[in-house]
Amino acid sequence: MTETEMMKDMSDEQTGQSPLEAMAEHIRDSGAVMVLACDVVQGEIEVRVNASDVSSALALFRDDRQAAFTQLIDLTAVDYPDRKHRFDMIYQVLSMQNNMRLRLVAAVGEGQAVPSATGVFMSANWAEREVWDMFGIFFSGHPDLRRLLTDYGFEGHPLRKDFPLTGHVEVRYDDTQRRVINEPVHLVQELRDFDFLSPWEGMHSEFDGAYNTQDPDKSAK
Amino acid sequence: MGVMDPSLAKPIMPGADQDAILHAVGEEITNRGFVIAKADKLFNWARSGSLWPMTFGLACCAVEMMHSAASRYDMDRYGMLFRPSPRQSDVMIVAGTLTNKMAPALRRVYDQMPEPRWVLSMGSCANGGGYYHYSYAVVRGCDRIVPVDVYVPGCPPTAEALIYGLLQLQKKIRRTATIARI
Repeated sequence: MTETEMMKDMSDEQTGQSPLEAMAEHIRDSGAVMVLACDVVQGEIEVRVNASDVSSALALFRDDRQAAFTQLIDLTAVDYPDRKHRFDMIYQVLSMQNNMRLRLVAAVGEGQAVPSATGVFMSANWAEREVWDMFGIFFSGHPDLRRLLTDYGFEGHPLRKDFPLTGHVEVRYDDTQRRVINEPVHLVQELRDFDFLSPWEGMHSEFDGAYNTQDPDKSAK
Repeated sequence: MGVMDPSLAKPIMPGADQDAILHAVGEEITNRGFVIAKADKLFNWARSGSLWPMTFGLACCAVEMMHSAASRYDMDRYGMLFRPSPRQSDVMIVAGTLTNKMAPALRRVYDQMPEPRWVLSMGSCANGGGYYHYSYAVVRGCDRIVPVDVYVPGCPPTAEALIYGLLQLQKKIRRTATIARI
């Protein structure tokens, strides 16, 4: 039995409202000023806030006795280069008390700083370093915001859509300098193109990420 | 390596012929106290008979490398045992994806190995980048960093393939008629 089905089982018979919807309503009420939108999407609670409110929203959901989202599962980002605020910061939190998950989403523009969640969840430390490394989103108040995965002295942020797959430099051992050096990329064989329109690739999910590609700035107008 | 017939340059299989030769050598030692052999052949025999690989597992290839060292294939039959230190090893098996960040460390470990030393590149990623050839973070072949003696293809190569590669390396060492430093 999945988590969502259990929710339905436990639904309040008097109001006919599922615990998920009840929690969404509770968050709409308690998060008053911060919460821009709070919906149940595909059986999961999704909360949208402004980027500047991220850490205070996480603290609020954590400290709320009824919600008690006490565990940060993961935090990550998505790049939508066509939008005005090109990134989405995404936080996945878990309430063990309610057996419920919540997704916090905030649109972030390029160069915009996001308040670090390390003050609320210690586990955000390396996750934020990874997001900084891969997307170049700056976290203000982070104790040690260095790159996490890429090479020392790496330039660029690989998971941005405008970052070339092969990067800008490659390494080679130089016999004269007796050390490993960086050089501009020189590919002997061009990258091959694959036909993703082949019928064998025809996976169409009903989800398709459609609601996420919408620009929140445009939909507000 | 076994017992070699110098006139045929072929190994003599265990049996009556081999016993006769070994017995003759044993006689020599008991009677005279020494045997005569060509120095380079003797060195190569010793080198190829006790290749100590540096444990350098980088990815899934390392699992196959472990298999080849474990009881079923048992590299110890060939006198090969993994050493945790580059200063005690003769051969480095580059088993897995070599990333840009790892490349200076790999070179440093190679530099710390005493001569004579050999490198065996194991699997597609170490041979030429493999699946990650176009990645921004992966070295397109570990031969860009260290000189490679034997390439073992496969993704990952089986334990047999690795053993075969190591036997090829033994053959290569035996062919090398030098006692000088490389």
